This record gives sequence, structure tokens and C-alpha cells, in this order.
Amino acid sequence: MKLYEFQAKQVFASKGIPVPRGEVAATAQEARAAAERLGRCVVKAQVHIGGRGKAGGIKVANTPTEARDYAQAMLGKPLRGLTVKQVLVEEALDIDREYYLAATIDRTSKRVVLMASAMGGMDVEEVAANHPDAIIKHPIDPAYGPMDFEIRAVMTRAGFDAKASRAIGTIAKQVYHVMLDSDASLVEINPLVVTGAGTVVAADAKFEVDDNALFRQQALAAFREDSEEDPIEAEAHRRGATYVHLDGDIGIIGNGAGLVMTTLDLVTRAGGRPANFLDIGGGAQADSVREAIEIVLMDPNVKGILFNIFGGITRGDEVAKGILAGTESIKIKVPIVVRMAGTNAEEGRELLEGTNLVPAAGPIEAAEKIIELAKR
Amino acid sequence: MSVLVGRGTRVVVQGITGREGAFHAEQMVEYGTQVVAGVTPGRGGSTVASVPVFDSVQQAVNETRANTSIIFVPPAFAADAICEGAAADLDLVICITEGIPTLDVVRAVRFADERGVRLIGPNCPGAMTPGVAKVGIMPANIFREGDVGVVSRSGTLTYEVVNLLTAAGLGVSTCVGIGGDPIIGTTFTDVLELFREDDATRAVILIGEIGGSDEEMAAELIGRGYPKPVVAFISGRSAPPGKRMGHAGAIISGNTGTPQGKVEAFGKAGVYVGDTLDDVVQHVGVLLPGRV
Repeated sequence: MKLYEFQAKQVFASKGIPVPRGEVAATAQEARAAAERLGRCVVKAQVHIGGRGKAGGIKVANTPTEARDYAQAMLGKPLRGLTVKQVLVEEALDIDREYYLAATIDRTSKRVVLMASAMGGMDVEEVAANHPDAIIKHPIDPAYGPMDFEIRAVMTRAGFDAKASRAIGTIAKQVYHVMLDSDASLVEINPLVVTGAGTVVAADAKFEVDDNALFRQQALAAFREDSEEDPIEAEAHRRGATYVHLDGDIGIIGNGAGLVMTTLDLVTRAGGRPANFLDIGGGAQADSVREAIEIVLMDPNVKGILFNIFGGITRGDEVAKGILAGTESIKIKVPIVVRMAGTNAEEGRELLEGTNLVPAAGPIEAAEKIIELAKR
Repeated sequence: MSVLVGRGTRVVVQGITGREGAFHAEQMVEYGTQVVAGVTPGRGGSTVASVPVFDSVQQAVNETRANTSIIFVPPAFAADAICEGAAADLDLVICITEGIPTLDVVRAVRFADERGVRLIGPNCPGAMTPGVAKVGIMPANIFREGDVGVVSRSGTLTYEVVNLLTAAGLGVSTCVGIGGDPIIGTTFTDVLELFREDDATRAVILIGEIGGSDEEMAAELIGRGYPKPVVAFISGRSAPPGKRMGHAGAIISGNTGTPQGKVEAFGKAGVYVGDTLDDVVQHVGVLLPGRV
């Protein structure tokens, strides 16, 4: 789960990481009032995308009227496809230097890595691609946490200004602890600004929380705003389904993430375009299968559904019952192709005989069949 | 011979009194695996599927000489269960549980590493040596004994490929599901090293997916010289960037974890990457030494 910049900065402030003075505004008038209190300021659209500056989502306002106008131009409008519902109005900083400081979970070292670079304020992916040596990465031993000498070494290697190092070192430690306290998978400050007066401030913030830990992060979970997610994804998640909305027209349902991903690949290879990813998981009962059909059909673009089931713990007959329950309770106008193998697949196929569901012997055949049927 | 699980494997099931734990304990017993103990704190003294239940892993080890654990404990408590298994000096801990907070896994992996205890998973189907022992949740009836080692990040794709192997008259030496989480104990390269030394394994199927760079590291290892043919498969080749495809670890972030990067890395190492699983199995059949 991603936090908005202003939410991340609230977390930062509560943990002692310095952030600019700022206020959240949902209307142009609120933005103007905030600017009156803050003076020269920056108006920043609150959306979950990178590169907001380039997309016109960050503007410097010299007067409250300018702040109001910028907010007016952003609020309610889409920025790279996402609607801006709030702006953050923040004091403009007197920037001397811009650095990069972050912590994330590194799959290779299997640890939290601290990352630092003197090339702050730029797209970090670009820096990583063009100047890989400019980003210093240091894995932290979870048994000890970051030690002072490690942080000093990271900052020296990154080429940080020696005068600012003490303050940055403190922030680096705080970033690590924020990460642990919040079950974050990413905490990124880009840029970390050293001002003309020599103070250090987190001018921007990216913050991602591990979905698996939301059960024990109630305060952060409250930040979850379903409205910005895709509405079908939001509904699917409320029902506990593992669903990803895509932009094609073939609905895909299967058991197991790998199998569903591969089914998407097969449909794509055969010239079709998947409408979604939906994993009914291991040991699914008829009820959740019926619900899966309902979720997939919430997308009006769906012209056909492909079931790809390999029974392990999941039983073919149970899935077949769910499909039948679905086709009986909902008026389904689109064709459904079912490929079934593994545990109780035979029983499942027997249950589906004599219905208008189309059987397929293998996954490739199933992909070809549903593409053909969806065209009619 | 086999790797990870064999005739000497004595299993303790952590979380044996839960629905999944009880069901799979019975399935493993039925397969002939030596399931010697179960653990659920507070339920010591009872039995599940004729297997004695203990309050702690240490007790179970003391009483039954268990050397391998399989974990079916709910996500909030599973990392602690891994550490408990590692602290009891087991040889191997296999964690089936999906959805454990990632930072808990980071700590548990560190804890197990320090004690020299191998962890497989979390979020995996386990390990199985057909005809000998199953320490996992895979459907046993699709497996046939043979000489192909299978290592995979996905459960159902493993079953799919094993089923195809069986249909093609081939069989499996040992099958290892390493798990779909971003942080896992045993990686592709670890299992490749085990298969390297295993006389029973004469070829390897590696099933990877988008996300991370485990596949790239496996390709690098093979590129440096590997004594057995390896055939690979990458799932998620049509997945859009930035979307988590079911598995917590299956996400393309920026330039890392892309299917193109993985396919290229295998190509450089001379590893054939199948477009479909049928393709993979066909190739393994051709590459197996001593077969036509």
C-alpha cells in the first residue's frame, strides 16, 4: 500500500524526521489560505505517481493568489490518469544541495538496505541506469540495526557534504526505524534538501507499506483510500480475492499465482488480451468460484471467461459446482471455456457436461478457444 | 540418493492442529513420509492422524528425533515458528504459510542462517522426493520417480510441469518449491548447487517468474559451468510493470524483475527457455543423457 506524500510526511514528523512546514488542501480556497500562512510556497498534487514535476503536478507560487490558481488547475483534474483530490501546500525551501536517501527491502541480501546518493532530486531509476556507481547501497544486519560507523561510511562513499553529515546520519537512522516501526517496504526521501542555512529537510517522501503487515498497522491501514484504486480491484479486495485489473477483454480465472500468470501469457501469445488476473487460491470452495465469476464480470469489457484449473488441494468437482452456481445465479452472456486437470478433474468435467460451458483439453487449446469464441 | 528430503527425514508438523496442518499431516503420512511429531503450543499430549502433538518444537525433537519441520502456522505467528524450528537445531525448516510480513521473514532468515539451518519458503509447496518422502502439499499422485530435478517459485506450475513429465514417461528426482515471496530462505542457486552433487538428478527444470533477480543469478551460476542440462520457464511474460501478480514477489519494479532480463540472462548462459511448459518438458526429454 502506498501512502501519499502528505501522509508519509506526517509519519516522518511523528518520528522526528524534519519536513517542511505545510498544509493539505482539498479546495483552491484552502490552498490560498495555507499560502497566506506559509509565504512563498510549493503546490504539490497528491497522487501515487513518480515524475509529478514533469507532469505539471508541482508548482512554485510566489503569492497566495498564485497558489490558489495552481491548486485550481490541479484539483479534480487527472495527472497521468489519476485524479488529484488534494494538494500539499508547503513552504518553499532555499535549496543548497539535493541528496537521495532511502531504505528498502533487498531481495538479494535478504535485508533492509540503506541507499544514499549525492544525485538527489532526479528520477532514481534514471540515476541507477546511467550512473549505477552514484547510488550507494548498504545492507543492514537485522540483529544489530544500523551502526554509526556504517552510516558514516555510507555518507562518505555517497559524497555527502561533511558539514551536513551529522544531521543526515541521524535521519538515516530514523529512516531505518520508521521502516521497521511501520512495516514499510520502501521509505524514500528524494530530494533530501540541505538548505542555504545548513539545515536538512525531507522535501519529498515515498512510502510503501507491506500489505501483509496491515493487520498490525491499524493507523496506516486507515490511510488506505479505496477510491483511488481501480473500483473493481477495490471491490475484489473487499471480498478477499486476489484480482488485478488489466485492459483486455478475456477474463482469466485460475488457481495459483504462477498458473494464472502463465494463462495470461498463453492468451497474449495466442493473440488475445487478458482483462484481469484472478487467483482463487488453494482449496477454493464453490462459493468463492461463483464470486470470482461475479468479480470478473464487473468489468463491462469482458467478452469471454477462461477457467484454468490444476487441482492440487483445489478439487475439480468443487470448482465445477462453483461455475454452475455462478452460471445459474447470474445471467452470463459471455462464453466460458474450462480447462481442468489434477485432483477430481474427471468428476468436475462430468458435472459440466451437457451445459453450454466449453471444455478444453489443455491450457493452450483453452486460450485459443476462448479468443475465438469472444470474437463472435 | 536425493536432496533435502529422503529416507532419513523425520518430520515435525508445526501447526498440526489447524485445518491445513491436520489435512496435510495425514496426506504426508499416507504417502509414507515419517511424520513423527506435531506441535501446537498448549495442545501437547493430544494426537492428530495418530501423530503425537507437543507444546514446543524442542520437546518434539527431544522425544522423537525429528530433524525436519513443515510449518502451517498463521502468518502473524509463522516467522516465530521458523525461528523456533531453527533454534531446535533441525536440519531443515519448510514454511508453507503465505502472507507473512516481509520484515518478519528478514529476521527469521537471519536467525536461521546464523544457526546453519536451511529454510525453504515461505509461501511454498514444500519439497518432495517421489517414492521416498513428501514434505509439502503437492498432489502426490501426479509424481513418478525419475531423474529430473524440479525447482520452482510457483506451486501450481510445478504440478503442471510434473504432470506433463509423467505424461511424457519422465519422472522427478526431487521437486523443490522455493516460494513466491520477495524474501525466501533457499534460492534457485542454492537448489542448483544441491542438484549439481545429486547422482539421482540428471537434468533440471527451473520455473521462474517476474520480480527480483534470482533467475539472473541462477543463469550466472549455470554460465560459469554446470554439469547437467537445465531448461527454464518464466511466467508473467505479459504482466504489466508495477502490478503485483498474486505472489508478493511477482512484480516488475523499474528495470528489475522484467521477463526480458531473465530470458536474456538464460540465453547468455546457454539455457533454453521454453515458451510453454509443454515446450519445456519436450526439451528436457531431448536433453536427458542416454535418451533419444
